[in-house]
Amino acid sequence: MNKINQLKIRARQLSIIPFYVVFSFFVFPSCSTDEKQTVATFNNLVMSDEFDVNGKPNSEIWNYDIGTGNNGWGNGELQYYTDRTENVTVQNGVLLITARKESFNGSSYTSARLLTKGKFEQAYGRYEARIRVPYGQGIWPAFWLLGANSDTVIWPQCGEIDIMEYRGQNPTTILGTVHGPGYSGGNSISKSYNLLNDRFDTGFHVYGIEWGPEYINFYVDDVLYNQITPSDVTGEWVFDKPFYIIINLAVGGSFVGSPNSETVFPQTMLIDYVRVYKK
Amino acid sequence: MKKSNYRDSKIIFLLGLILIVTVGCERELSDDVEFATFPKTAEVFIDGFSGGLNYFPFSGSKANAFTVDQEVKYKGTASMRFDVPTVGDPNGAFAGAIFPDATGRDLSDYDALTFWIKSTQAATLNEVGLGNDFGANKYLVTMTNVPLSTNWTKVIIPIPDATKLTLEKGMFWYAEGAENGNGYTFWIDELKYEKLGTVAQPKPAIFNGVDKKENSFIGSNVTIDGLTQTYNLASGINQTVLAAPSYFKFSSSNVEVARVSELGIVTIVGFGTAKITAAVAGVKATGSLTIEASGGFGSAPVPTQAAANVISLFSNAYTNVPVDFFNGLYDGSTTKTSDIKVGFDNFKYYSDLNYVGIEFKNPAINATTMGFLHLDIWTADTTNTPFIVKIRDRGANGVIDTNVFTGGPTVDDKEISYTVPANQITPGQWISINIPLTGDIASQKGNLAQIVFVGDINFLLDNLYFYK
Repeated sequence: MNKINQLKIRARQLSIIPFYVVFSFFVFPSCSTDEKQTVATFNNLVMSDEFDVNGKPNSEIWNYDIGTGNNGWGNGELQYYTDRTENVTVQNGVLLITARKESFNGSSYTSARLLTKGKFEQAYGRYEARIRVPYGQGIWPAFWLLGANSDTVIWPQCGEIDIMEYRGQNPTTILGTVHGPGYSGGNSISKSYNLLNDRFDTGFHVYGIEWGPEYINFYVDDVLYNQITPSDVTGEWVFDKPFYIIINLAVGGSFVGSPNSETVFPQTMLIDYVRVYKK
Repeated sequence: MKKSNYRDSKIIFLLGLILIVTVGCERELSDDVEFATFPKTAEVFIDGFSGGLNYFPFSGSKANAFTVDQEVKYKGTASMRFDVPTVGDPNGAFAGAIFPDATGRDLSDYDALTFWIKSTQAATLNEVGLGNDFGANKYLVTMTNVPLSTNWTKVIIPIPDATKLTLEKGMFWYAEGAENGNGYTFWIDELKYEKLGTVAQPKPAIFNGVDKKENSFIGSNVTIDGLTQTYNLASGINQTVLAAPSYFKFSSSNVEVARVSELGIVTIVGFGTAKITAAVAGVKATGSLTIEASGGFGSAPVPTQAAANVISLFSNAYTNVPVDFFNGLYDGSTTKTSDIKVGFDNFKYYSDLNYVGIEFKNPAINATTMGFLHLDIWTADTTNTPFIVKIRDRGANGVIDTNVFTGGPTVDDKEISYTVPANQITPGQWISINIPLTGDIASQKGNLAQIVFVGDINFLLDNLYFYK
């Protein structure tokens, strides 16, 4: 089943178009190209939060990172993370993470970062969330995974899979990325996905990966836009052990730059659900 | 046009039928009713005029500034070329025109007017937009100060609320003057309406987003200005355009105090407080106006002079002589004047005063038997600026002769200037001012024709008259 996905991904790579043309005759004999793609095939639900209970997020699933971390969580981010209702709450079936401009414990912004560390960790699987991102210069929401051994094995050795990252100043683009030893930060393995005649901050979109022993497939809605395999990374493949989920909304930092006078606050990231499947 | 008329009559006919058929029972409008629709043509100029498109230069502009250029183009076979005249060009002082569609189009499916533009030099295009049809310009949109360069760049003019544009004639318009006195040329190509899908996050504003507070009086008007709509584009840029009032829905928190018309004119109708706010397509605009309609000014002191000893310009106590106007709207004057009526009492309300002139030339006033000018003023403001009253006699030549550099009298005119010191302008009470007709006009007051007020207060005026 993974083979089909591989072929579809190759179809998106210009360099191997001749290869695709030849093969497509055999692989898709009765399938018109505008048919909905099958982007995910792991269908055994093992964890989900549908955010159906108003108030604090389910404490059996979610922890919080609090404060500013080390050097703004390693990126020079400007926000102070809290678990206050002002920054994180569930309302009307949606998890709301809100970045505010306010003086708080020496920071100029507050926001929230939720993680399943120690509560839900799994190797491989399909990780998916339905999210509406906010917008504006310096706004940086993300849905990502970090190696469960991140406390004992220093980053990037522990591995990081960014299922969705987005710069508020580029409202039509998201990025899917992996970081590991020898390929982290500016040298990470990354691909962007652009919407045509639409943008990410005006509606909900499904962001997911399907991760197996030798590959990670990245998709948005019904479009599979990238696959990363051990041959794509310029170092050790570390995606073979449990990871945990992080959802956060950062303000400023090296990836997006600081907000400017036109950035509207508060900005809210809406998460309709988070689901994890096994094969 | 003919076709739409026909369709309209068909609708009326159908409605008539429904009424007849459904007497005695309620029913929804029939599905058969077909409302008149207009073409949804997106193209304005691709390689030539789209069907129905016209070209009308602004009066005073260089009439031949626009041509079709087949040499320079972004795409296809031709572009629109605009030659902006150099200062002093006898053919016109600027380049500017509208490009209307005589039939009108339904633009409600689009979210932006877009085009590619380049120029012979770096320049700033003053104004460009849509909705200008030389009619009511009801849905005018203006983008100002568009930067031009010698490379083709795409300009996106977001439509403030496209659902309003079901019948729009003003497809495109522009106005541009010389750069540092020099003429230059710019080209526009691929001019069309688009549904980009990336024009989002509307942030409308009134009063340029400022929350204003104003004291006002019954009967006066305030015009809501600084109307803008801002959209975030795919590039991440927040693009602001000026938007006509008709894109906005205005509301007053208290219609017993203030009401707002469709065109954004606020009328004060009662005492109290009202907050004026607005929205575009359901999105609340930033900026507001809070009006304190204070009725605390009461009435000015009742004049005690016998009518026989008075020449009155403005008072309920006397019969007034003809006055040409109470605000000459002189160049550079910011002063606005409105009529206030409380019960049977009339006032003139002067707001945003810097200077303002009252003239009475038909006929001029012979005040040779008069000794004083009287006026009553009331202000809510405290000020550090004195209030000055100037009285002008225009002399025998029948003309107000003013030195354009000093504003003072010249030729055969005479004038006196009377100063009320700032510390004598007490807010919240009527101030009676009696000015002796002495000095330069002591011996020349047979042709009084003008009174000027100078200061910085908002004030009510009553009982303006000369007396013995």
